[in-house]
Amino acid sequence: MTRELERARFDDTVLAELRGDLLRFASLQLRDDHLAEDVVQEAMAAALAGQQDFAGKSSVKTWVFAILRNKIIDVIRQRGRTINVTALSPEERSMDQGFEALFKANQHWKPDHRPSDWGDPEQALRDSQFMVVLEACLSHLPANTARVFMMREFLALDTAEVCAELAISTSNCHVILHRARNGLRECLEKNWFAAGEHP
Amino acid sequence: MMTCKQATHLISAGQDRQLRRGERILLRIHLALCSGCSRYDRQLHLIRAACSRLFGNERE
Repeated sequence: MTRELERARFDDTVLAELRGDLLRFASLQLRDDHLAEDVVQEAMAAALAGQQDFAGKSSVKTWVFAILRNKIIDVIRQRGRTINVTALSPEERSMDQGFEALFKANQHWKPDHRPSDWGDPEQALRDSQFMVVLEACLSHLPANTARVFMMREFLALDTAEVCAELAISTSNCHVILHRARNGLRECLEKNWFAAGEHP
Repeated sequence: MMTCKQATHLISAGQDRQLRRGERILLRIHLALCSGCSRYDRQLHLIRAACSRLFGNERE
């Protein structure tokens, strides 16, 4: 491939087209529009500046996303203690009430709310509609719940690290992660499984 | 006897820490008897795997 073709893959239009995807990803992880904008700008600038390092081994999109991921990771780590995740928002309170409502007085599943059989997990993972609904469900998690969940599942910090970064107790950490998973599960059950978007 | 609600807490906790032996045994017994919680368990595993893929954490 000639120099000119390589350079063309990196021009402003290529990055401009990626910008929407980059912003969506950053917003999902950070739950802060200003921060997301900043981090995407930095990633795009870094990508343009570092063109020489792009050896063409992967797609431009993969490469720029890798730059973005690292910047997001830095922000999440830096931000750690500046966000207070302990105060319950109305949405979080509502999620907890919603979860309680799935159980009978004896704390077993109500028949109507017993989890469904989602079928073959490998099929679901290959189902692009499943991923679309998952992303929507993630974006609907309350901000603080999402942030803790992202530190655990995106940053892949172990629970002790998450608690330390956020200065919360281990038990509180578990409560928030449980809340996140319940929220995602119910959202998926309602919007993907029940909606018939599966084989 | 473990309730389903307790089981969901343990299933979720099991994704973040190692369950104690007693917890593991009690949970296993409950899952053997409760299809709802077995499904919940599988659903949480799927959610974790799917998020991993979505976030680009999977190894190529």
